[in-house]
Amino acid sequence: MATTLTRDTVGGRPVDPAAPLLAVEDLRVEFRIDAGIVQAVNGLSYTLGRGETVAILGESGSGKSVSAQAVMGIVDSPPGFVTGGSVRFRGVELLDLAEPERRRVRGNRIAMIFQDALTALNLVFSVGWQIGEMFRIHRGVPRKQAQEKAIELMERVKIPSARERAGCYPHEFSGGMRQRVMIAMALSLDPEILIADEPTTALDVTVQAQIMSLLAELQQQTGMGLILITHDLGVVAEVADHLVVMYAGREVEKGPSLPVYHRPAHPYTMGLMDSLPRRDVHTERLRPIKGSPPDLLAIPSGCPFRPRCRFAADICAAKEPPLAAVSAGRVSACHFWEEVSRERSGD
Amino acid sequence: MSDRRRPDQPVTTLEELEAEPIVGREGSLYADAWRQLRRRPMFIISGVLIMILALMAIWPSLFTRVDPRDCNLADSLLRPSGEHWFGTDVQGCDYFARTIWGARVSITIGVLVTAASTLIAVVLGSIAGYYGGIVDTIIARITDIWFAIPTILGGIVILRSIFSTRGLLQVSLVLIVLGWPTMLRLVRSAVMATKEMDYVDAARALGVRDFRIIRRHILPNAVAPVIVYATITVGVIISAEAALSFLGVGLQLPAISWGLMISVAQNRILTAPHLLLFPGAFLSVTVFTFILMGDALRDALDPRLR
Amino acid sequence: MGRYLIRRLLQFIPVFFGATLLIFIMVWAIPGDPIAALAGDRVLPDTVREQIRDRYHLDDPLIVQYGKYMGGVFQGDFGDDFRGRPVTDLLGQRLPITVRLALLAFGFEVVLGIIAGILAGVRKGGFVDNLVLVSTLVVIAIPIFVLGFLAQLVLGVKFGWFPVSGVQRGLLSYLLPAMVLGSVSLAYIARLTRTSLIENLRADYVRTATAKGLSRRRVVGIHTFRNSMIPVVTFLAIDLGSLMGGAIITETIFNIPGLGRAVFEGVQRQEGTVVVGIVTFLVVVYMVANLLVDVLYAVLDPRIRYE
Repeated sequence: MATTLTRDTVGGRPVDPAAPLLAVEDLRVEFRIDAGIVQAVNGLSYTLGRGETVAILGESGSGKSVSAQAVMGIVDSPPGFVTGGSVRFRGVELLDLAEPERRRVRGNRIAMIFQDALTALNLVFSVGWQIGEMFRIHRGVPRKQAQEKAIELMERVKIPSARERAGCYPHEFSGGMRQRVMIAMALSLDPEILIADEPTTALDVTVQAQIMSLLAELQQQTGMGLILITHDLGVVAEVADHLVVMYAGREVEKGPSLPVYHRPAHPYTMGLMDSLPRRDVHTERLRPIKGSPPDLLAIPSGCPFRPRCRFAADICAAKEPPLAAVSAGRVSACHFWEEVSRERSGD
Repeated sequence: MSDRRRPDQPVTTLEELEAEPIVGREGSLYADAWRQLRRRPMFIISGVLIMILALMAIWPSLFTRVDPRDCNLADSLLRPSGEHWFGTDVQGCDYFARTIWGARVSITIGVLVTAASTLIAVVLGSIAGYYGGIVDTIIARITDIWFAIPTILGGIVILRSIFSTRGLLQVSLVLIVLGWPTMLRLVRSAVMATKEMDYVDAARALGVRDFRIIRRHILPNAVAPVIVYATITVGVIISAEAALSFLGVGLQLPAISWGLMISVAQNRILTAPHLLLFPGAFLSVTVFTFILMGDALRDALDPRLR
Repeated sequence: MGRYLIRRLLQFIPVFFGATLLIFIMVWAIPGDPIAALAGDRVLPDTVREQIRDRYHLDDPLIVQYGKYMGGVFQGDFGDDFRGRPVTDLLGQRLPITVRLALLAFGFEVVLGIIAGILAGVRKGGFVDNLVLVSTLVVIAIPIFVLGFLAQLVLGVKFGWFPVSGVQRGLLSYLLPAMVLGSVSLAYIARLTRTSLIENLRADYVRTATAKGLSRRRVVGIHTFRNSMIPVVTFLAIDLGSLMGGAIITETIFNIPGLGRAVFEGVQRQEGTVVVGIVTFLVVVYMVANLLVDVLYAVLDPRIRYE
């Protein structure tokens, strides 16, 4: 597949060839509800380069999905509002663009796939129609050709008997096939970035592996950037170049994936790693992180992870930990990151 | 009932409640709902009105000392005045008294019919929903047959053909017979959905007898949409009785029914509009109140609509 | 799709015979003298009685009676009145008028109802939404005959905008009765559309469609619309029944010489056989219409075609 980075403008503005594919900086999203204001995303920053994969990890309520929605510009508003920060796509500030411009980016340059294809797809239209819609609406392609393109895409994501099945409806496919349909739909216009929000959570383990390898293969072919949002570490291990670990709307650790894996520098990351069952380490019990995610209406003062952290000390309640540089390209928001990472040396 | 799938989305009044049952920990949903309800103006207003109407039905003499049957032909068709607040009708009866006494019939029929239909529907519906299979199919077909006959049409045929005298009991009976299918469908779908819940499987595995399971586990959860629909049904039945009486196949004179009063008033709307307006207004407000109450209950009991 | 249709038909058949049997039993098979019940207060000479016994095969065993009755129905014979005139004649005279009224009412309620529902649903909590909610509630609560009289009084007599009686003024005469007839259903349809739309707007597929870069107009107008219409179509089938009942009342109030009024007259004049005949006809129509709507439903919602 030819290189996709041939488009020179975003929303009418010229791209900056030196800029990373996506640069999110200090993003803030809040939800105004009856009970109060929830700070769903509280200062998130990361960058995505061409051909790279960034995995955003976190529990439910960590703000990972909302941050992706903010990038796409599809946060439910009201009650959600993007209140600060910057999202630069190839150097162009997306948050400044008017809605019609953002719509042209959506699906076309930055695409998104979701968790449960059965509810994410429209059940009353055939898959061919839904995939073809991208061509019909964004590119004005006539119906018949759009259908042909849809079939091509279905073949590309390895859906068997694509031609015969293009007229079928989503509920007639298995979970894995449905997810492929969604991927096909997202890829139809050769987007430069694909955001995958929990793409495999609703699938069986074997199918999960298939989908992940499909995504990796497609990424290889197109050179697109991939943002993978998940709570499942296992899924991320082989695929991600960089990890961003989120907790209570903030990033708590960020860096290249292998080093973070082997030597986490934040208690939460460590907890996540530990709670995974592992074949090579013999343990008698799984070690979950004690406690539960914070109520976002009443985030603990100082470090939000404090109530669940075994390294916690007085300073953690008093002062919110700054993002400390652990090494080149790695940061951690913990007062005691050095101790934490020392625990794993020799692992 | 046809297999026409009731989609997962709620549907106004009738079918709205046929969606998934409102599953909550027994008691907490209702406690929650009560707290919500107490604050809502809709609930308070309709609640107060219902109490007034109930009072009117049980003790009409609280509202008027005049005997509605104490009629003086000389006073025929008087306009509303200080002496006769609502005027008088053709035979010179005090219209205010007649209107107040009319409440008794409407409320009684409304409550009686709804209670009976609900009872039948709950019993048959739980059986059909819980056991499924051939029992369900038979009950479903029978209900389909009832459904095939529209209410007013069926009412006309039955009431005309079978009954020579049509009193409260006969009319109520007919309305019950025509009304239980809709309620049954509601109960059935609520029961079927609750049956799928894990805690029912757990109870079965523990060897709890079917009847007990239905009574203690399934019904409490399935009952919320039924409560809402029953409330609305009272309003609908009151309206239906009035319609049937208006057409001449419902209650007969000398019964005092708003529908009958309106029927008699037909020919004089231009000359004596008060004959139509007062019972019409009372009828409308009564039906409105019950539907409003039903709406308030539904908003409080359906966690999804919050 | 084919299997779905066959299954529908198989379900239809027992219901069809069950309903007609039910009506039949209620009229002819109850204890007592059915002829007397049908005739009401009227006193019939013996010769007429004999004719009736013959005509409706009352001396045959019940099963045979029903069989011949159904045979008659299939041939378009719905009985006669007490003077021997076939109900079918009456049907021929009155049906076109009622059909016109019903179609007008139907068009009115569907178009306005759906539009009102959409306007209310897309801006939930807004002024239009509250307006629609309150007005529909009021319309549903006021019994249709009260509504009819009010409309007659206010719009017809006081303001003189519409004729209030008969069908002499052609289409104009049908307008007010059609609006009254359709009013309650309009209210239900508006509420239904609104609720359905609100539910659908919260659905996941809306987020996907938005993420695809589709305009709001397209997402609402095409994606949610199809899904939202499904429960409305379901309702329309049931609604036909209430339309029939409502037609009786409306035609009576506005003096429209249609089938509904014929039923009312039959009741007034104690023409029991006429009433039964027309009701049988209407019930059959209702059942067939429901069957057709089931088919339409399958066209709209691909999920059920394969059940």
